[in-house]
Amino acid sequence: MNPENEAEQPATRAERRRQEAEHAHEIEEAVVAALETEPVPSEAVSAPVGGAPVAAAAATATATKTAAPAEATPGEEEPASNRVLREIMNGPVVLSFLAVLIAFIIGGIMIALTNDEVQETAGYFFAQPGDFFGAVWTAVSGAYGSLFQGAVYNFGKDDFATGIRPLTDTLTYATPLIAAGLGVGLAFRVGLFNIGGRGQMLVAAAAAGWVGFSFPMPMWIHLPVAILAGLAAGAIWGGIVGFLKARTGAHEVILTIMLNYIAFYLISFMLRTPGLLQAPGSVNPKSPAILESAVLPLILGPNYKLHLGFIIVAVATAGVWWLLNRSSTGFRFRAVGTNPNAALVAGVNVKNTYVWAMALAGGLVGLAGVMQILGTTPDGMTSGIDAGIGFDAITVALLGRSRPWGIFAAGILFGAFKAGGFAMQASEGVSVDIVGVVQSLIVLFIAAPPLIRAIFFIPAPDGKLTRRPLRRNSKAVSA
Amino acid sequence: MSEQQSNTQTVTPAADAAISEVLEKKELRSWKAAIALALFSVVSIILFVVFPRHGQTGFRWSGADDLITLPTWHVDAATTGTVVTILLVLLTALVVWVTLQTGRLAPRTRRLITTAAVIVFALAFMVAFLAWAMVGNNVPVTGLLLGTVSLSVPLIFGAMGGVISERVGVVNVAIEGQLLAGAFCSAMVASLTGSPWAGLVAAMVAGVLVSFVLAAFAIKYLVDQVIVGVVLNVLVTGLTSFLYSSVLTKDAETLNTAPRLSPVAIPGLSEIPVIGPVLFNQSALVYVMYVVVALVFLGLFKTRWGLRLRAVGEHPKAADTVGINVARTRFWNVSLAGAIAGLGGAYFTLVSVGSFQKEMVAGAGFIALAAVIFGRWDPIRATLAALLFGFASNLQNVLAAVGSPVPSEFMLMLPYLVTILAVAGLVGQSVGPAASGKPYIKG
Amino acid sequence: MKLELRGITKRFGNFTANDRINLVVEPGQIHCLLGENGAGKSTLMNVLYGLYQADGGEILLDDEVQEFAGPGDAMRAGIGMVHQHFMLVPVFTVAENVILGHEQAGFAGVLKMKEARQRVRDISARFGFDVDPDARVGDLPVGVQQRVEIIKALSQDARVLVFDEPTAVLTPQETDELMAIMQQLRAEGRSIVFITHKLREVREVADAITVIRLGKIVGEAEPTASNADLAALMVGRSVDLTVHKEPAQPGAEVLRVEGLTVLDENGLKVVNDVSFNLREGEILAIAGVQGNGQTELTEALLGLQNKVSGSITLNGAEILGRSVRTILDAGVGFVPEDRNRDGLIAEFSIAENLMLDRSTGEPFVKAGNVQRAFRDEFATEKRTEFDIRSGGINSLASELSGGNQQKVVLARELSRDLKLFVAAQPTRGIDVGSIEFVHKRMVATRDAGVPVIVVSTELDEVVALADRIAVMYRGEIVGIVPSNTPREVLGLMMAGERHTEAPEAAHEVTA
Repeated sequence: MNPENEAEQPATRAERRRQEAEHAHEIEEAVVAALETEPVPSEAVSAPVGGAPVAAAAATATATKTAAPAEATPGEEEPASNRVLREIMNGPVVLSFLAVLIAFIIGGIMIALTNDEVQETAGYFFAQPGDFFGAVWTAVSGAYGSLFQGAVYNFGKDDFATGIRPLTDTLTYATPLIAAGLGVGLAFRVGLFNIGGRGQMLVAAAAAGWVGFSFPMPMWIHLPVAILAGLAAGAIWGGIVGFLKARTGAHEVILTIMLNYIAFYLISFMLRTPGLLQAPGSVNPKSPAILESAVLPLILGPNYKLHLGFIIVAVATAGVWWLLNRSSTGFRFRAVGTNPNAALVAGVNVKNTYVWAMALAGGLVGLAGVMQILGTTPDGMTSGIDAGIGFDAITVALLGRSRPWGIFAAGILFGAFKAGGFAMQASEGVSVDIVGVVQSLIVLFIAAPPLIRAIFFIPAPDGKLTRRPLRRNSKAVSA
Repeated sequence: MSEQQSNTQTVTPAADAAISEVLEKKELRSWKAAIALALFSVVSIILFVVFPRHGQTGFRWSGADDLITLPTWHVDAATTGTVVTILLVLLTALVVWVTLQTGRLAPRTRRLITTAAVIVFALAFMVAFLAWAMVGNNVPVTGLLLGTVSLSVPLIFGAMGGVISERVGVVNVAIEGQLLAGAFCSAMVASLTGSPWAGLVAAMVAGVLVSFVLAAFAIKYLVDQVIVGVVLNVLVTGLTSFLYSSVLTKDAETLNTAPRLSPVAIPGLSEIPVIGPVLFNQSALVYVMYVVVALVFLGLFKTRWGLRLRAVGEHPKAADTVGINVARTRFWNVSLAGAIAGLGGAYFTLVSVGSFQKEMVAGAGFIALAAVIFGRWDPIRATLAALLFGFASNLQNVLAAVGSPVPSEFMLMLPYLVTILAVAGLVGQSVGPAASGKPYIKG
Repeated sequence: MKLELRGITKRFGNFTANDRINLVVEPGQIHCLLGENGAGKSTLMNVLYGLYQADGGEILLDDEVQEFAGPGDAMRAGIGMVHQHFMLVPVFTVAENVILGHEQAGFAGVLKMKEARQRVRDISARFGFDVDPDARVGDLPVGVQQRVEIIKALSQDARVLVFDEPTAVLTPQETDELMAIMQQLRAEGRSIVFITHKLREVREVADAITVIRLGKIVGEAEPTASNADLAALMVGRSVDLTVHKEPAQPGAEVLRVEGLTVLDENGLKVVNDVSFNLREGEILAIAGVQGNGQTELTEALLGLQNKVSGSITLNGAEILGRSVRTILDAGVGFVPEDRNRDGLIAEFSIAENLMLDRSTGEPFVKAGNVQRAFRDEFATEKRTEFDIRSGGINSLASELSGGNQQKVVLARELSRDLKLFVAAQPTRGIDVGSIEFVHKRMVATRDAGVPVIVVSTELDEVVALADRIAVMYRGEIVGIVPSNTPREVLGLMMAGERHTEAPEAAHEVTA
């Protein structure tokens, strides 16, 4: 029907390859002279959002290109203090902070706009503007105040032990977010985009739940087996993606999106089918409660919801850090993530790496599912057990720049949003949905530093074209 | 010796020689079609022969009040199953034979036979499946198709948005967000103004706004397009849900009670049996859809707009060197894509439901994306894919009503499974626009 | 149309790619812009074509100052360009490519394809091209694609035509045809800028020559100038591409390739029934125009190609079909043709790049842990030994110049215990100093007894390094000849003419 779609012809491929090769070569040419003597400060290549996903064979050329102008700063006459200030202002931490700030401001505007009091006082704004601003202040500070009190420390309580409870709630909410964030972040570092969090969590929760309610065992064996079952299920679900990508070249974004739905319908079916996951004697699509021996124990006593899962996730974070930064497997993962072609030539089995990385990522996301079923809602599983964490994890990983401890911190921040969001809805009547808005705004702003600079009038780092864009590797590896 | 002459003498044969001297080619056998058919043959053997269901199934072709009524066909489910299974096995054998003839038969002939076999295979399988699944009942063919169209409309709009966006080089994962924004704004504006037409305009504006963000981040800030798309979906979901809870629900009477577009029968055409009620007794939005699909198809392949759009998506630098502004072309076409997808969102509120509900799009955007890929970035094929997905989902409804032997979840899964098979290369090759997803950096 | 550039300056950061360049091209003149890779020729032409905005200077056409905001403006002003990397959309037909950007359209923007096809046919007829307007450009051979580029420029009635390195992908025969076309265009009174770094072509067609080096015009020459003079102008010092090496002392046979055939993903035989052998202590150079299967051949040696048949034995052991890992471990060192794509990881440090192909076991890895202390020690040592100029071993590869990047690749590969060393285009795009270094190391490797295969499209390099020369054409080796074979013979072989001398006989000569 349309000739454009026929398989690419040989001459095209050869040609394209030639062009790619020569293009990189040519750019490098232009830069050679500029670089011959003096090395460039590494800032030009310092990790932007997402860390590793950034790299890309395609981006290599860009990297080389940006490297040249990056060197341009020295020699200009300007006060050193200005330069230092500008460098600080352009640092990732400051930019991240500003991204959070601007997202909160926009969220505040939305809260104010939808507030009845504010709308009412706006009606007679010119008569008594004070009323209007007072109402805005009350609405926004009330909402964010209760968000804080619901997430960190409740000043309304008398003793520290009750006052600090929101913080432990935050950590509880953060637990699956971190686990899933690690899964997404690890995949990013290998150049893969794992949007399959939902599906991986669902199958993992189902597997862990099934072991958890079906087989009475002593706790020291039951709990680990249940967790492992969940990890394995998540790993398989993720591994399918890696396998299909490696074997057929299918794009993992499409695969993971599709597998989310397949998992959802599969688990829905199992949950409403007696003999599979449905609780005996029930007509609801819900599993039986998890046996006591497979529930993650509370670590701060019965007054706090914080469970063992948080410790497990902290250990997992350390493990992923070791894997990526110290182990040879991680070395190969990062190599594949930044330049799969070079990795291939260096003897790395890129296809297997995709399979293993996706399995590992699926396992980590699966851990989030395990946390949900064995920690958060052990009274039984529904098909909504993922609670949107699979998608939140993407924002967590991006905010954490795909660095394990960055993800840990980002997970806690978003956990705080969740804990506080519910408190805010309860006490101030501000819909918890605003949290999703603020979260996504944060990620959008973080992804585009020039935008933040424009908003806050920060001069761009001189001489640089732009910060290196957030980019993943999209180039397929042949052979 | 004249130069002109020497040129003509040397150049022409050389060009010929170069063409004929193209590298020797060994034709590669592709077993994909054969494997796919064999798989389905096995399924049909298991379902229709090993576990046959006995009884009569009727295929009802018209409603009681139709002008022209056609008789209902009655078939025996088990017999149909067996006959069809034999046919399927034969078709599979045919495709295997054709595959083995690689190198002997002309590629075009092979493709022709294979395509024909696959189409017959699919239809036959569907008849047998319906006969098997609906045993003891009548299959309301018209109703089945009518529901298919209804469920497909937003998918088709979304897919057209996806096709345009991806063809111009911007991966559009934000179709879901565009549909949702369109649904929200059309409901609110139509409720406020009392005019569904104003709602349609609002839906387009909403879709364009989402596109603006996508385009700005993807084209100006060079942020990964998939990431922007995913985050935009979260943003739009959060935004519409927040506004729904804090604005729409407070005064649902004035803000969330949209006047609906009612079906308009096209005189004459709507009287045609089966096709008439399915295609020509629909709401205005569906007619708009026909026009959009036709325009997108003709526009892409026959006009200057389409040529430039495709050039930008395939080889942006080449487009740049002939004076086409890549960033601007991408920006406005992504916006156009948003407007079209926004219309699809309006279908939910202005035709299906009449009001906005939280997260009411429920993944239709992702199915539309699947249709784009399954349809190989071609407007017509993407439309057919969307119809297929709509059919699967509607079939599930119909089967559920009569107590289906197949769990409804598996029917709902079908679009996603098919898409995985498609991207995994089992159902044809899915090669997208070459520069799709890649930001264009000048210089 | 007369073209004049006055004081064109273009900077990237603080790197000046073009420094106050002046150039006058008269109508009916072929003006050669001669310079090494990276001298700034392409940048200058991109400024002329409106792709880059100049930081200073002006462009005049027929003595009128022009302002080009983009290529569209330049095209309207009558400038046409035949790009080094063809600016053609592979999935479009010839006619579609030709009209792109200045389409004639009727109602509602519907394209007038009939007129477009006719236009392609008209121009083709005028120059004796045989180009089908409905052929898909991606299906056409490279030489024909270039003609489409020329048609594209002419369909706009370009009065000034720029040819940017047009012969890089052509066989000598196709190059001759292109020269004839250029002369014909000149006869029509068009002004032609011909960018190249190949002296022979310059002398053949140029009416005027401008030599550019490091972004500056360093001189002008008459077409009668000697090769040596032009070369000296181009590189700034007398070049000595001759590599000082002793005659080869070939030992036992190490590598034997028999009937090697490589198919690409579309089933094309990109390497077709290739056989050769290689002994200890000799350098086999594989010559040929780019894209005649050299890349795929070297990739097949390393196990990077999937659809391969035939046999490759290394010291008697079959390595065809083995994984890259196994082949690397068997002692094959490999310098890929495109180091940015295949040789290095730009975001990794020098130290990390130096351990890239030894990430699975000792000495770099113990018990799954990267031995960071050993790695850094190793890197420090190699940095000195290979004279890698960088801030330190933790500098990222992307911060290095091309020459230093290549030294990293070389250091990594030559630090292993090698049985065979394969280097594809090892000196492409690197500075003269690094070229000498690379050549020396390769000869040293040979002298240490390791057989070396070097792939190069530069005949000078081939002749300088090789003990034997294999010439590839359309996937086949058309002959293996001794290194003292006359260049004319090599040129004919590169155009596909089989050489009568049998491979074995050639071997005898060197041995």
